[in-house]
Amino acid sequence: MNKTASEPRGAEPAKGEMTGAEIVVQALRDNGVEHVFGYPGGAVLPIYDELFQQEDVQHVLVRHEQGAGHAAEGYARSTGKAGVMLVTSGPGATNAVTALQDALMDSIPLVCITGQVPTTLIGSDAFQECDTVGITRPCTKHNWLVKDVDQLAAVMHEAFHIAMTGRPGPVVVDIPKDVQFAKGRYTPPQTAPRPSYQPRVQGDLEQMKAAVAMLREAKKPIIYTGGGVINSGPEASHLLRELVELTGFPVTSTLMGLGAYPASGERWLGMLGMHGTYEANMAMHDCDVMLCIGARFDDRITGRIDAFSPNSRKIHVDIDPSSINKNVRVDVPIIGDVGRVLEDMVRLWRATAHSDKSALEPWWQQIDAWRARDSLAYKPNDDVIMPQYAVQRLYALTRDRDPYITTEVGQHQMWAAQHFGFERPNRWMTSGGLGTMGYGLPAAFGVQIAHPDALVIDIAGDASVLMTMQEMSSAIQYNAPIKIFILNNQYMGMVRQWQQLLHGNRLSHSYMESLPDFVLLAQAYGAHGIRCEKPGDLDAAITEMISIDKPVIFDCRVAALANCFPMIPSGKAHNEMLLPDEATDEAVANAIDARGRELV
Amino acid sequence: MNAQLQPTGSAYFITRETESHERRTLAILVDNEPGTLARVIGLFSGRGYNIDSLTVSETEHERHLSRITIVTRGTPHVLEQIKHQLERIVPVHRVVDLTTVAVERGHDRPLERELALVKVSGAGDARVEALRLADAFRAQVIDANTEHFIFEITGRVSKIEQFIAIMTPLGLVEVCRTGVAAMNRGAEGM
Repeated sequence: MNKTASEPRGAEPAKGEMTGAEIVVQALRDNGVEHVFGYPGGAVLPIYDELFQQEDVQHVLVRHEQGAGHAAEGYARSTGKAGVMLVTSGPGATNAVTALQDALMDSIPLVCITGQVPTTLIGSDAFQECDTVGITRPCTKHNWLVKDVDQLAAVMHEAFHIAMTGRPGPVVVDIPKDVQFAKGRYTPPQTAPRPSYQPRVQGDLEQMKAAVAMLREAKKPIIYTGGGVINSGPEASHLLRELVELTGFPVTSTLMGLGAYPASGERWLGMLGMHGTYEANMAMHDCDVMLCIGARFDDRITGRIDAFSPNSRKIHVDIDPSSINKNVRVDVPIIGDVGRVLEDMVRLWRATAHSDKSALEPWWQQIDAWRARDSLAYKPNDDVIMPQYAVQRLYALTRDRDPYITTEVGQHQMWAAQHFGFERPNRWMTSGGLGTMGYGLPAAFGVQIAHPDALVIDIAGDASVLMTMQEMSSAIQYNAPIKIFILNNQYMGMVRQWQQLLHGNRLSHSYMESLPDFVLLAQAYGAHGIRCEKPGDLDAAITEMISIDKPVIFDCRVAALANCFPMIPSGKAHNEMLLPDEATDEAVANAIDARGRELV
Repeated sequence: MNAQLQPTGSAYFITRETESHERRTLAILVDNEPGTLARVIGLFSGRGYNIDSLTVSETEHERHLSRITIVTRGTPHVLEQIKHQLERIVPVHRVVDLTTVAVERGHDRPLERELALVKVSGAGDARVEALRLADAFRAQVIDANTEHFIFEITGRVSKIEQFIAIMTPLGLVEVCRTGVAAMNRGAEGM
């Protein structure tokens, strides 16, 4: 991502000195920040006092610092801007850690400002002291402890620059309380970044030429895209569509990249990976040239590395050189911003002779045969709501409203990815890398703050949603009409699925006993509660949910023992998927052989 | 790359390394600011890389640049990752694999030197022998009384190892080593 935050707004010329707290708020203004998610405490009170006395930057109060982090992530992912959070020292900072690691693994620009005890008390085990920069060092792209107020403005600007550029990520600025009070000089954002930080954005021309030549010769090509396309900005998604249109190649995507290419597009194969479609995984396995754009060959994608797409030559476009050859050897690495590289590759493709799309006919016939396998099928049921059916109906009844979808983590997340169609980038917010249960509700809140009039739905599970349920209170406070659509099977479904696969169906602690009454819980928060138990009632209930202009918790009672298929069992290759119609109880129990289990 | 073990009955794949390990010496130029060394070391511990030796000091005072020398071991694949992961750290300017550069320039390996202080105590023949051997190794006596010597010795790692091994039966009390400082031969810089 190259673009910096939006244009600095008419900042007052910096004259004379400011307090550290004033510098922080001025730096937020100059970096185009409109919303800050936070929670006050002793060590950030000077900044809160400063926020109170101005109106340019709106502070959004959460109920837990983790919620602030995920809300800021949702805000960032749905806008392309940096998400900003403000928390106090000690427990404020440690509560932010989960969100920071989440943003690191999913490459989300997140600026976290933490208060710290006064510099003179650092190291004395003072009240609410912790080594914030030490704790957050491995879970940030970079962090700073600012001990000199004259450095504060420069550090704040650099923090935004580093969060937003290159491979985006979270940063922490730790500001001791005495520095917030001290007076110092404010400097406006600098354009010259530090010499040691120069992300490469332009792809190497020779490599791109080699890539285009390789693609042109391909008989069985595939384009495999990831979150990097989304991160690079809407233009990158546009260029991806153009490239697919020009080449006629099939395209699949990781969980993170959904929406870059439209689900309704004719070249779309659906998501790939552990719970991806049969056609996507088979095409990955059998292809002869793979073009990976802004994805990182994650273990959920590749399955068995030594059996991963064994006969293909691979082209990998990524802005982070350390992603190249990390898990999978590639033949043509292209380091650069996805948008820039796609622009060049589209230009190079157009410049050389037209290729014959009919050469791909046999490949498409093969793909159509895999498609006919209908790997996302499930057994419909007239008495019990199948979770897949619930997601399909939700999609059908909301798709014309361009909804923003967040999720928690588990079976419901995979069903949402499989059965909800995404047409545009920045509409899908899910915790991919870290797999953070409790992500979806606060993320939905953050999305709604950024898009007050949009339809924002958290497709949730009954277990995950309880981890950050307290943010319903924030949604009520800010009139953020988020819809929490819980696929309630009264299990930690994905945990149970693995226990069935690997642990002899011994369901150790994966049953959610004593769940709250979600309808009453909604009412307790001042939200609206809906329960639906019959497939026949579902459409009316979803329509009701959409029509209500305040937060809704929708308790959708689904088939308790449904499992998520298709699936690549561990230790298997892409062409050894377990398909839903083959997934009998016996097949599930034996999907991973006895020898494998003994190794655990 | 690596051998894949059979299904482990977990959500992950367990690999066994089949490539052999190589020893490399890396020179890393960084901004000398708080936390940089912690970041570099944290990368090695967090990602399970090896450190055989590490030295660091500011080498360009005006630009506040420090040079870190790390001797590490790993498969070629891991060593490539180490270099890229180091380059990703914001205050890291450059990472040079001195071993690879040395080979490219037609040398066996980069120049590597280490300094050690070695304290030996004893009397009689052992004491005489320690001093004689120290002389043979060109170690300097930098402190002594009637019961001990402190030797200062500089050289390749193997020489220091050998010197310490020889001193052990002669009354070795204490050793302090700097770790490896390294540079490539020839007129060119890093």
